[in-house]
Amino acid sequence: MTATVKYTKDHEWIRVEGDVAVVGISDYAQSQLGDVVFVELPEIGRTVEQGKEAAVVESVKAASEVFSPASGEVIEVNPELEADPAKVNSGAETDGWFFKIRLSNPGELDSLMDSAAYKEFVEGLH
Amino acid sequence: MRYLPLTEADRHQMLASIGVSSVDELFRDVPQAARRSGPVEGLPNFAGELEVERQLSAMAAKNVAVGSVPSFVGCGAYKHHVPATVDYMVQRGEFLTAYTPYQPEISQGTLQVLFEFQTQVALLTGMDVANASMYDGATSCAEAVMMANRLTRRKKAILSGGLHPHYRDTTTTDARFIGFEAVAMPAAPRGGEDLVSLIDADTSCVVVQNPDVFGHVRDYTDLAQMCQTKGALLIVVVTEAVSLGLLTPPGEMGADIVAAEGQSLGNALNFGGPYVGLFAVKEKYVRQMPGRLCGQTVDADGRRGFVLTLSTREQHIRREKATSNICTNAGLCALAFSIHLSLLGEEGFTKLARINHVKAVQLADRLSGVKGVEVVNETFFNEFTVTLPRAAAGVVEELAKRRILAGVPASRLFPNGKNGGQLEDHLILAATETTTESDMDALVKALSEVL
Repeated sequence: MTATVKYTKDHEWIRVEGDVAVVGISDYAQSQLGDVVFVELPEIGRTVEQGKEAAVVESVKAASEVFSPASGEVIEVNPELEADPAKVNSGAETDGWFFKIRLSNPGELDSLMDSAAYKEFVEGLH
Repeated sequence: MRYLPLTEADRHQMLASIGVSSVDELFRDVPQAARRSGPVEGLPNFAGELEVERQLSAMAAKNVAVGSVPSFVGCGAYKHHVPATVDYMVQRGEFLTAYTPYQPEISQGTLQVLFEFQTQVALLTGMDVANASMYDGATSCAEAVMMANRLTRRKKAILSGGLHPHYRDTTTTDARFIGFEAVAMPAAPRGGEDLVSLIDADTSCVVVQNPDVFGHVRDYTDLAQMCQTKGALLIVVVTEAVSLGLLTPPGEMGADIVAAEGQSLGNALNFGGPYVGLFAVKEKYVRQMPGRLCGQTVDADGRRGFVLTLSTREQHIRREKATSNICTNAGLCALAFSIHLSLLGEEGFTKLARINHVKAVQLADRLSGVKGVEVVNETFFNEFTVTLPRAAAGVVEELAKRRILAGVPASRLFPNGKNGGQLEDHLILAATETTTESDMDALVKALSEVL
């Protein structure tokens, strides 16, 4: 199965696997935040909307909202982040995923950037 | 630090950049009727220092100071003996700021005091972690409710009828303007409330007090379990911190949050403030706790040091998403609290609590011998409620004329028709280590004469 990864301008990523998608923050985002000390994850069963707050990531510098890249129902959260939030730093786009949703409107994904476009977007920020 | 005043040109520039024409325009939200256009009538614009001192002294002399007469006033503000050492210590130059510093780690001494304060509060309340203090017990209570709302994602608080009405009012005021529900139960002078059946799927917390405002000592262990079963938090309020020297701490009963008043330790009555709010929680809730939090750590060389920690919860970083708009603490009052408690030590504190209870038992025994007086309480710490054969407010007035402060009439806290009523004949009295035999003699004699 080939997975598609897309990015938002708020530096979240979403990896679509069928009608389920995994969400996290980009490697660029974690490098900007510094050491992550706490992640507040949504409740399982909660409905999230594209562009609306779904989680909070807290580093030694700041606490920031994480916006959901797409709408849907939260079906799983990363259980390891509670005990080891540093996983967001070591593997922002792998082990450090935040939550999984069942997509309610896959068409929304068309508005997001692919990996090449996001890379260009980040370079434009400097 | 130099303090340079603004020039007229500075003011104009500032007003222009925010788009108003005058300073007065900034106050346009204040209703016209509430504004004063000229000087206060009868108050001169200036007077010599000697004259001012004379006039103010004469005005102050109209007050009956609690320390100058037999006093049995309590209800959330208690007269205790504060050793002179406390006042001396808090006035040391090193401590002379009411605030936690903005570059905190440079002031290791201040942070160490706050850390010790937090440790004392956690130990007293039986909780895992305490913050560096809030404004007072009532704001602690309101903040505790808002914290429970955040944690449970529910929006309704149930306030016991044994909760001090000032705490209730502070909480319901926040409820009105911040947008949550606070269900206040009627005054419960004899207890017997059924709070459990009121807990529904929207209830974030139940707020109770120990000892309650009528002085009853309660065991909330079962209530804590019921709350947990129904997904609500239990908030326990304590208005008399000295009671924690003798009673089972709220943490041992299963409280999720403890909101308390710390005035009894180190702090004078101060006409009702400034006081010091104590706030303690279970560790798993720490990130939703309001206020400042000091932590102990080690520096690069492994030496012990103190820091302000978890600041990302706070307003200066988290803006409108902060856990609270309180970004400070009652530093000086907390310092006095910590010094007093340190001077007492664990043994001294327990002894102080025991003396308070013994004095209150003596007072209750003496009063139950007065014709027409009935002690309502079966349990109490240093405060209890009695019923009189007529309205307590009138009796208190008559005794005040004889220079005895006989306590707080319940009708003063629970006016008729509002959350109870029918309490005109109830009087709430407190005794502390400052209460003497002759104070009790005077009260009993005067009461026997006027009743």
